[in-house]
Amino acid sequence: MNDPSTSPKTPCSGNCACSGNSAPPPADEPTGISRRTVVKALGATLGVAAYAKALAPLTELTKETSMDEFIQKHYKELSKEEMAAVIQRLTQEAKDHYGADVTISDPQPVDGVKFGYALNLSICNGCRKCAEACHLENNHDRPSHQSYIRVFEMSKGSMDFEKGNAHYDHPVPQPDKYYMPVQCQQCEHPPCVDVCPVEATWKEKDGVVVVDYNWCIGCRYCEAACPYHARRFNWTKPQIPAEEINPNQSYLSNRIRPQGVMEKCTFCLHRTREGRLPACLEACPTGARVFGNLNDPNSEIRWVLENKRVFVLKEELGLKPQFFYFFDE
Amino acid sequence: MSDPTPSVSPATSDVPEWRRYLRFLGNAVSQSVEGGWKFYVWMTLLTAIFLVGANAWAIQVRDGMAVTGMSDHVSWALYIANFTFLVGLAAGGVMMVIPAYLYNDKEMHDIVLIGELLAIASVIMAIMFVVCDLGRPDRFWHMMPIVGKFNFPISMLTWDVIVLNGYLLINVHICGYLLYKRYRGQPPVAKMYVPFVFLSIIWAISIHTVTAFLYCGLGGRPFWNTALLAPRFLTSAFVSGPAFIIVAIQIIRRLTHHRFGDGAIRTLVGIIRITILVNLLMVASEVFVEFYTGGSHTGAAKYLYFGLHGHHELVPWIWTAVAFNIIAAIMFMRGRLNELPVWLNTACFLAFAGIWIEKGMGMIIPAFIPSALHEIVEYRPSLTEWKVTAGIWALGFMIYTLLLKITINVYSRNMRDAQGQRTIESKDALAFGEHI
Ligand code: SF4
Ligand code: SF4
Repeated sequence: MNDPSTSPKTPCSGNCACSGNSAPPPADEPTGISRRTVVKALGATLGVAAYAKALAPLTELTKETSMDEFIQKHYKELSKEEMAAVIQRLTQEAKDHYGADVTISDPQPVDGVKFGYALNLSICNGCRKCAEACHLENNHDRPSHQSYIRVFEMSKGSMDFEKGNAHYDHPVPQPDKYYMPVQCQQCEHPPCVDVCPVEATWKEKDGVVVVDYNWCIGCRYCEAACPYHARRFNWTKPQIPAEEINPNQSYLSNRIRPQGVMEKCTFCLHRTREGRLPACLEACPTGARVFGNLNDPNSEIRWVLENKRVFVLKEELGLKPQFFYFFDE
Repeated sequence: MSDPTPSVSPATSDVPEWRRYLRFLGNAVSQSVEGGWKFYVWMTLLTAIFLVGANAWAIQVRDGMAVTGMSDHVSWALYIANFTFLVGLAAGGVMMVIPAYLYNDKEMHDIVLIGELLAIASVIMAIMFVVCDLGRPDRFWHMMPIVGKFNFPISMLTWDVIVLNGYLLINVHICGYLLYKRYRGQPPVAKMYVPFVFLSIIWAISIHTVTAFLYCGLGGRPFWNTALLAPRFLTSAFVSGPAFIIVAIQIIRRLTHHRFGDGAIRTLVGIIRITILVNLLMVASEVFVEFYTGGSHTGAAKYLYFGLHGHHELVPWIWTAVAFNIIAAIMFMRGRLNELPVWLNTACFLAFAGIWIEKGMGMIIPAFIPSALHEIVEYRPSLTEWKVTAGIWALGFMIYTLLLKITINVYSRNMRDAQGQRTIESKDALAFGEHI
């Protein structure tokens, strides 16, 4: 093997660090302070100062993030008392950061209830009242006009989203168009849940896919995995004026989200688990939306599923959405 | 190989092994920061770039990811692109081990450590890119098994965490062990590292395969949803890894007295010659399927190569990559590589940059454009993202430089244990591969 110290060609005796370095090997340096050491110490001090300066913005952040929040456990592991403490902290935060008095509940899924949603595309007129109601109900960031619902203007005779447009701004409905609102389809086999590395998102017993906003690490893998573009990320701290904040909140749905975490439609579980209807349905002026318990044979949603020609989006992916579309014949 | 233990242990048993090892680490650190003015300029420059990146990242954590160019439509971008590329580089680095050990190519033995060190530096960078992509890095502990919640085996990301960290450990062990033995002037004991070398080969394939599965397992993203993704990843890793190492070897040759045989470079060139063509072939077959089939699934490929409905952001990128790859392939085919170092280095640079674009920007971003519901929202990296990216690369280069310095110090006997003089003269410890 050609090792430089044994190879006869090597000009170097093997005693110097490398070419271009005239200093003697440091291991042989006598103890005592050489000029080199002083320069190095100076460099190190400057370096430490530079690091501190570079990372200074992080210290500003620690003022906002409390220790309790940092060590908070996963939703499913919180005891009743711990949950109460967390809710108290969140309520206080809403007061401190937003100046709003809110109540945060934690309604549980009702036994035997499985939610389903259906939408009549023959009636929907594209007015986007549902999206607006969602925006207000769920305490979305105001500047970004966020909403869990996107309404597509589609060309008649085609189901191709490529020919759709979610950014129309003309009077509706247009004669040769129909309108397709899309929100979380609460898939039976949600790919967003499978991919989450920390189980920050899961499917509840009543069929709603939820996110623990205090557990999500913000990797956005679930957003990449969702084929319905149903997930939204908090790219900044949400901004909402105090007087516009919806005070009726729950832990897993519309409470004000922290910066840097994922969120999504929850079928307004803070309403629906208490027997009310989702905000988007209440806001719909045409009655295109039908919501209810899929397990109840007398529910309106079951009537739609049994009597209409119903379809789901991207059926070929096999995710079994619990959100259905239909046309009046 | 005769058993080396009797010749060494009696005289050295007075100092416990762990103390020696700690002293070795201490020596390694203190000597690695010694150098000539060129070294200091280089490290200062890298530190400065790194600090700019660290500052940009700190601001991103404070103000939110809105300071990046990403959006709900394009939710993974430059960071994840670099992550993907670096996993490939890490895998490619260790692939040098295959010719060295499987075919017992003696000249490649010199290069093995250079490759393993590259793997260490790249994996660290890859992990840093993922951390920088997190919206809540303060919650990283949620990802740790036991204290957090580890969604294993369902989430591919948890697999990736395991394979990347495992890979890091394996390579740190191999390099650390071999260097330490060499520092002590003892021949390495085969069973202490050879099994790990073979493990690292398999592991190298696994890190890149698992990373490919991160993407191709998503049914909702047709651009990624192809079985060719993992093989394509591996082939391009076989291009970028050797290309980097060739250039690194040339630089080491120039700056130090440490010599590597030409044969090793010839083997690496031989690897690239084939893999660069296979990679081009795979790209071509994917492009063929996309465009010949047509339909709405073609949207992403159309956007990438030609632009879609007046949106062209990625077109210059991808054609640069295509041009670089083709020119590099031609250059590697020509015979002048051995006479003209500039020619060889240029070819390597073109191949490296070409793969960086193709596997990064060209692989991650088009999957989001058009979006799952066919909306087109374009992406352009923000200044913050460029700063953070440059910062991580600078740190990677720092790590690699320091690791190389330690290695060369040990090899050239500048750094050795007091007893190291009594080396086994006949069998140079450098030839650690001979103990298989
Ligand atoms: S629509 Fe998207 S977010 Fe909703 S359950 Fe399905 S994959 Fe998850
Ligand atoms: S962004 Fe949050 S919810 Fe989504 S996969 Fe990552 S950790 Fe899970």
